[in-house]
Amino acid sequence: MRIKALAMRILRQLFNDKRTLGLILCAPLLVLTLIYFILDTTITDMKVGVVNAPQQYIENLYQNNITPVRCTESEAAQLLKEEKILASVKMISGKVYIDIDGSNTTKATAVLAAMEQAKRGMSALQQERVDLKSEINYVYGAGDLGMFDNFGSLFIGFLVFFFTFLISGISFLQERTSGTLEKLLSTPIKRRDIVIGYIFGFGTVTVVQSAIITFYVIYILDVMMIGSLWLVMFITLLSAMTALSLGMLLSTAASSEFQMIQFIPIVIVPQVFFTGLFDLSPEWAVVGKFMPLYYVADALDKVMIRGEGMASIALDVALLLSLTLLFMIANTLLLKRYRRI
Amino acid sequence: MESETSCIILNKVNKYFGDKQVLKDVSMSVPYGCIYGLLGPSGCGKTTTVKIMAGILESTSGETYVLGRKMPQLDMMNEIGYMAQSDALYTMLSAADNLEFFAAVYGMKKAQYKKRILEVMELVNLADDLNKPVSAYSGGMKRRLSLAMAILHNPKVLILDEPTVGIDPLLRQDIWKELYKMSENGVTILVTTHVMDEAVKCHRLAMMRRGVLIAQGTPDELQNRIGAATIEEAFIHYGGDEHED
Repeated sequence: MRIKALAMRILRQLFNDKRTLGLILCAPLLVLTLIYFILDTTITDMKVGVVNAPQQYIENLYQNNITPVRCTESEAAQLLKEEKILASVKMISGKVYIDIDGSNTTKATAVLAAMEQAKRGMSALQQERVDLKSEINYVYGAGDLGMFDNFGSLFIGFLVFFFTFLISGISFLQERTSGTLEKLLSTPIKRRDIVIGYIFGFGTVTVVQSAIITFYVIYILDVMMIGSLWLVMFITLLSAMTALSLGMLLSTAASSEFQMIQFIPIVIVPQVFFTGLFDLSPEWAVVGKFMPLYYVADALDKVMIRGEGMASIALDVALLLSLTLLFMIANTLLLKRYRRI
Repeated sequence: MESETSCIILNKVNKYFGDKQVLKDVSMSVPYGCIYGLLGPSGCGKTTTVKIMAGILESTSGETYVLGRKMPQLDMMNEIGYMAQSDALYTMLSAADNLEFFAAVYGMKKAQYKKRILEVMELVNLADDLNKPVSAYSGGMKRRLSLAMAILHNPKVLILDEPTVGIDPLLRQDIWKELYKMSENGVTILVTTHVMDEAVKCHRLAMMRRGVLIAQGTPDELQNRIGAATIEEAFIHYGGDEHED
């Protein structure tokens, strides 16, 4: 009864505050779209300096969407430095030597693939010969720069986590700074009812949010997805619930909205680094296991990319649920600061 | 003993926040159906005292009884109406939504609270603004809505922390009329104030300074005892000549 009243009140407040509601529902979509376009760009203007190569190879380059630029060796070095060309190529007695700018992994990979394709199209060259294998020399960056793979599943979890954390944290904080928490504590409501009511109120919104995001990512952005749609939605919701309870818990430790924002670099940002965005050395990867988002990303990855079922994500789910429960209990206890009974 | 006749009893109540003692051996008793004023400058411990009575805070030592029951007690919250010094309102919601929410939290039934909400809004002269969002309310209107929320669940004990701050004199008079009416109906009312002319309107008065209760009695008693012409004079007399920090 009291829990329901509290949940209804939160929904009504959110509904009256269209901007916040819009932020919860639409901001993750906006950011996901942006990330999608940034990471998914096909490189259209690949320029390669040709120092020395047969005409047929150059024509093949054309056919593989590469614009060849004729130049001398020193010009090529200069152009590479000025980032006018992505690579320079010279062919000496059938062997291809490539100097490449590897500072942008995506572009470097794309241009290499195209050049390899161009070489393959030359009948005069025998591909089998090991000594004729292209020799690639990274001028800037390195070929093993961390690739942004699995980003789709990771970003769903992260964005939901981030926005829910922020909004639930600040709104629970406002309950305190506006004096309504005190007023609420002057009624017979139990402390745990307040926490549960909040979870239900915001939980309802996050169910809608999770559904919208999941559909958007899978059907509109068309991100790789071979697993169960329901499982993706379920994991997204779990991510939101964990963020919700953590946001509320930390807001108890903050004394203003400003201080709540300060938790972002401490709580949110590291989670992004440690949950699969970058390849980490084993020692550092261990740190990720202490972060809720790690389990969200892990579960989403298993379902969306590997198509695994409930059985293989059971541990992630159990951990996220226990974390949520733990944060809620801690919050109920922390509220003792404001009323002991 | 006193618990038979008094609605609120504080017995040697001490309260510390960390090392700082904010209440020192406060003992007082508020009779049933009385409008009891707690007078003192800001920072003297009034709010702490009323929060202990309302069951939000707990004293470090000493006992507090309300309606014969030891505080704090969760089910006693239903019998007490509390109005905080700051307006505790959800500004994103309308007045009606605010009232309905607290009615539900107090466990009132829908049919019951629909009627009661109109009643209390009439009482504080806000009936026409029932469906306005609180963010569109003026300071005085918010104060009145806070009062309406405190009396919403028909409490037997009403604790009001500076209820008439920012309310114009005419409406203040109306509110006092209402308080008198409620006390005639048996509601015990505790009001804190730092305004002297309001203190005179109370049936009984306690003066407080630096966490210590310096005098108790009816306003007349307090004045006559020392031959003071006004409550202000009496307050200065009882408080000694030290200046406030």
